[in-house]
Amino acid sequence: MPAEPLAPSVVEMRGITIRFPGVLALDGVDFTLRAGEVHSLMGENGAGKSTLIKALTGEYPIDEGSITVGGAARIFRGTADAQNAGIATVYQEVNLCANLSVGENVMLGHEPRRRGLINWKAAHAEAARHLANLGVYIDPRSSLASHSIAVQQLVAISRAMVIDAKALILDEPTSSLDRGEVEQLFTVIRSLRESGVAVLFVSHFLDQVFEISDRLTVLRNGKLVGEYAAAHVTRAEVVSAMIGRELDELTAISSSAERTIDRDAAPVLRATDLSRKGALEPVDVDVYDGEVVGIAGLLGSGRTELARLLYGADRADTGSIQMHGTAKRVTSPHNAIENHIAFSSEDRRAEGIVGDLTVAENIVLGIQARRGWLRKVSRTERDAVVAEYMTALGVRPADPNALTRNLSGGNQQKVLLARWLATAPELLILDEPTRGIDIGAKADIQRKVAELSDRGLSVIFISSELEEVLRLAQRVVVLRDRRKIGELTSHDTDVDALIAFIAEGNPAVQENVA
Amino acid sequence: MIGILSNVVSGILTKVSGFFGRRSAWIPVFAALGILVVMMVGAQVRFGNFLTPRLVSSLLLDNAYLMILAVGMTFVILTGGIDLSVGSVLAFTGILGARMLVEGAPVAVVIPVMIVGGSLVGLLIGVLVQFFDVQPFIASLAGLFLARGLAFVVSLSSIPVVEPSIVWLQSTRFSFGGWYITPTGIIAILVVVAAALVLGYTRFGRTIYAIGGSEQSARLMGLPVMRTRLLAYVVSGTCAGLAGVVFAASVGAYPLNGVGTELDTIAAVVIGGTLLSGGSGFVVGSMIGVLVYGTIKGIISFLGAESSWARITVGALLLTFVVVQRAIVARSTRRR
Amino acid sequence: MMRILKHRLTWPIAALLVLVLINTLSRASFLQVTTLNGEFHGSLIDILRNSAMLMLVALGMTVVIATRGIDLSVGAIMAVSGAVALTFIESSPTPGDLSTVAIGIVLGTLVALVLGAWNGFLVAVLGIQPIIATLVLMLAGRGIALLITSGKITTINSPPYRFMAQGYVFGLPFAFYVSIAAVVIIVLLERRTALGVLTEAVGINPVASRLAGVRSRGIIWGAYIASGALAGIAGILYSSNIMAADANNAGLFIELDAILAVVLGGTSLAGGKFSLAGTVIGVFTIQTLKTTITFIGVPPAITPVFMAVVVMIVVLVQSRRLRSGVARLVRSVRPTPPARPDLEVTP
Repeated sequence: MPAEPLAPSVVEMRGITIRFPGVLALDGVDFTLRAGEVHSLMGENGAGKSTLIKALTGEYPIDEGSITVGGAARIFRGTADAQNAGIATVYQEVNLCANLSVGENVMLGHEPRRRGLINWKAAHAEAARHLANLGVYIDPRSSLASHSIAVQQLVAISRAMVIDAKALILDEPTSSLDRGEVEQLFTVIRSLRESGVAVLFVSHFLDQVFEISDRLTVLRNGKLVGEYAAAHVTRAEVVSAMIGRELDELTAISSSAERTIDRDAAPVLRATDLSRKGALEPVDVDVYDGEVVGIAGLLGSGRTELARLLYGADRADTGSIQMHGTAKRVTSPHNAIENHIAFSSEDRRAEGIVGDLTVAENIVLGIQARRGWLRKVSRTERDAVVAEYMTALGVRPADPNALTRNLSGGNQQKVLLARWLATAPELLILDEPTRGIDIGAKADIQRKVAELSDRGLSVIFISSELEEVLRLAQRVVVLRDRRKIGELTSHDTDVDALIAFIAEGNPAVQENVA
Repeated sequence: MIGILSNVVSGILTKVSGFFGRRSAWIPVFAALGILVVMMVGAQVRFGNFLTPRLVSSLLLDNAYLMILAVGMTFVILTGGIDLSVGSVLAFTGILGARMLVEGAPVAVVIPVMIVGGSLVGLLIGVLVQFFDVQPFIASLAGLFLARGLAFVVSLSSIPVVEPSIVWLQSTRFSFGGWYITPTGIIAILVVVAAALVLGYTRFGRTIYAIGGSEQSARLMGLPVMRTRLLAYVVSGTCAGLAGVVFAASVGAYPLNGVGTELDTIAAVVIGGTLLSGGSGFVVGSMIGVLVYGTIKGIISFLGAESSWARITVGALLLTFVVVQRAIVARSTRRR
Repeated sequence: MMRILKHRLTWPIAALLVLVLINTLSRASFLQVTTLNGEFHGSLIDILRNSAMLMLVALGMTVVIATRGIDLSVGAIMAVSGAVALTFIESSPTPGDLSTVAIGIVLGTLVALVLGAWNGFLVAVLGIQPIIATLVLMLAGRGIALLITSGKITTINSPPYRFMAQGYVFGLPFAFYVSIAAVVIIVLLERRTALGVLTEAVGINPVASRLAGVRSRGIIWGAYIASGALAGIAGILYSSNIMAADANNAGLFIELDAILAVVLGGTSLAGGKFSLAGTVIGVFTIQTLKTTITFIGVPPAITPVFMAVVVMIVVLVQSRRLRSGVARLVRSVRPTPPARPDLEVTP
């Protein structure tokens, strides 16, 4: 049901700007949430979705702009302020206390008291009433941990009803729910909408967004791209708004996508039926000598999970891996490095660099880890390796003794690339290597990947920027909802077709595959 | 007849299983109770004269101070913290009180000063933890040093406590049959009951559990995390101050009193089923943990074995509980 | 100048120098070294000798803390190793023989090493919090030591054993050489091999280290083994000093002094980067502080108050919250252009 004419606004955010050291996380974003609507906030990683939500829940202070709730201007100094203003939030990783009962989680901080002591009987009765309003009939005395994530999510929504929320934020509520549970949640969301609650919905599942939303707001790189009525926009339009078009500077990079790959020899890596419960359905992947295989799909499609399974960072439940036709067991990262597989994580700060070590130490860490602690990479060897890769990749500042955490994102990424190249890998897995870095560093990294594959290195390249995937990869594996839905050859497709494929899972496109 | 009986039994069984289904956090408490019962019955079978009213009564008498400390420690551990200062605070407040009495201060002033002295050390630790992000371990370590040193500042040697009203706390025995209880024992039980009420029936108490369960969630739920955690350390300090009064009443005041008591306290709390990661546990469990600790000491002395066996046994028991806790936590995180 | 001020050993060294200065000003004899039978004597020499035990323990503690851990059991391990060594020597028919003493020392150290391995097993394999894992041995260790000595204070008469703590070589206490040897071995082990940098990597960012292929389990385990073994040697020194195995008092509170020495030396309790040189300075600072306190007429029993104040100052200085608060204060007074990460280069 389209929300026209527009209902009164519950939340108005105007010109919201938030800066982090060195990053402009939100740049003058406007956002309006109206009574009785479900409004989806969309954007890829780093687009500023979660920052905007945290500004609204009072977790981050805003540097510029204004927030108006129910007509009154507000300044949130903490989550309690936002809650008092009538804004309640349900997070992806259900922020409740699993050690307490269902009823307590609903009522915590609002328990009815008699002579100073909590009246548990009344508290549980009230909790049961709030749960029943959402169609949840469970014992409020039961422990929260004994219920599924879906039920926990409904408990969290009940809690929001206790504080009589005017606006309800649902941040990735469906990411760990199955189909039936999603239906149950949607029923609740629809009934909340009927009762006039404004719902802000965030999900990376396009189908769900289109099923439940009245309106959509798309962010990219901390900026507002646009606001759309869900009924008047196509999926492909939304995906292309999220992903955007790159600057011409990058398109000048020589395309390696046209190169032909010799697929007669055994592939460098062949993974068969690789799967892990809750992360990835069985997937097959081949990578040949000197080939760049792109993995495309939205956030949460299983692209990172696939990379982690190939590298042994997570244990696969099923599947096997062959390298050059020989079966290998890759059970740990150390194991993978010994087999000449390298992996650069999408989360550069948390899973990539070791911030308090110097650039030089970070670069040789991979080689050192493979050798073990006893045989230290000698000073001369280290200096040679570090100098070679710092020059080749253009790391700035060109000081091997700088602390890695003080480098910019792009240079940290180059340091990581240097670490992996120094281990002389046969297969390099790059997960979002160009995310959140400036355009110059992005071009450097793309150029380097193209050059390396020309010289025979096999690469798995994961990126949410489809243009760069199509430019670098000869072949693109497309994932959707934790499944492989097909493979495309780059020169037979373009960004629009790829977007359509990701958005619709259109089998017609799949038939074009050679 | 048999039908009725089996009905009753099955009724009880459903009730019990329903209870455990809802309240799995009580399982370790009952495990500790089971261990306590097994030890006591085992000792009775072995020695024949272990479970006498006199001996069981003395269990509470001898461990009253430890019970009070364990109650305070339970608050802190439930928030996911730890308080190493309690043994030193007990010594400090004890010697401070004894010195004040020698100087002629009235008891009505001395006892509140002792208790507040403990609260202040707790407050200091809480401020370091809450406002300066100092790890609880280190902050309370500073508290340990400070209180121990201050104890020596007050007096370098022991001071006997002769004040009648304080000695009365320990020497008076309200007897019934062969059983008896001292005022210190009553204080300990009152502290346990009061703490159980606070933890179970006040918003402050429930917020302590919420912080231990997930501090982030508690914050996002809009609960007063800052104030509550600060208060948890104040409660622990206050309990240590009170334990100082009780300890001074029973053995007098000596600046080296209670060295290592913080370890005994932590062990008793953990054995009583409180998770060191916070969020799960009960003061009643801590009380049982203290009784387990006391019984082990009793059995060792009955056996005439080296008293060092007590510490080893407690250490082994602590290890067992921690490993089991670890296994439970690992399983529940995997399930999620 | 700024470079010197920012070097992380600057403040620890300054603190030590201030202490030495206070001592020298209050009594001229502090720096005096006299010779007696070719042996040097004096306050400084005493500090060198008395700091040996703390040095050994603090070295191990440094490595453990670097892995984000802590080892509370070092004092108890000292008690055990002393008990093992002395019980063996006492029961031997030839307690005065060098070989007997050597076997006793090796035995004591080996048992300590095994206890360290036990700690490492609990932490690295079972994944128990380091504080709790080592608390178990802290509780039980002294009891085990008492069992070994059958509850009494075992005393021996063995000149070679006495030499460990009380002997002199080339005019300096033998114990000092032991601690220096330990420093050299640990420095070589950590800095000549890749152990040090891998330990730091694990302590700074365990997740990234694992993904870089570092096998952190072995590294953490090794840290606790080293800590145990070093505490074992410290225990031998302690028992040699009093020629008795005193299970109740051997290494009492030394874990606290050791943690303090590590922190004073500039190693963060949060793990990661560690400084062995800093720890050495921290150990000397603590030993000098203790000597100072005794000298200015404060009863040694009150030392903990000073320790508490030092701990609080150090943790407050290390506190991120306080630092950022001060930084914000400075910024509000003197506005600076926003940081440009590309240009941020550490000196």
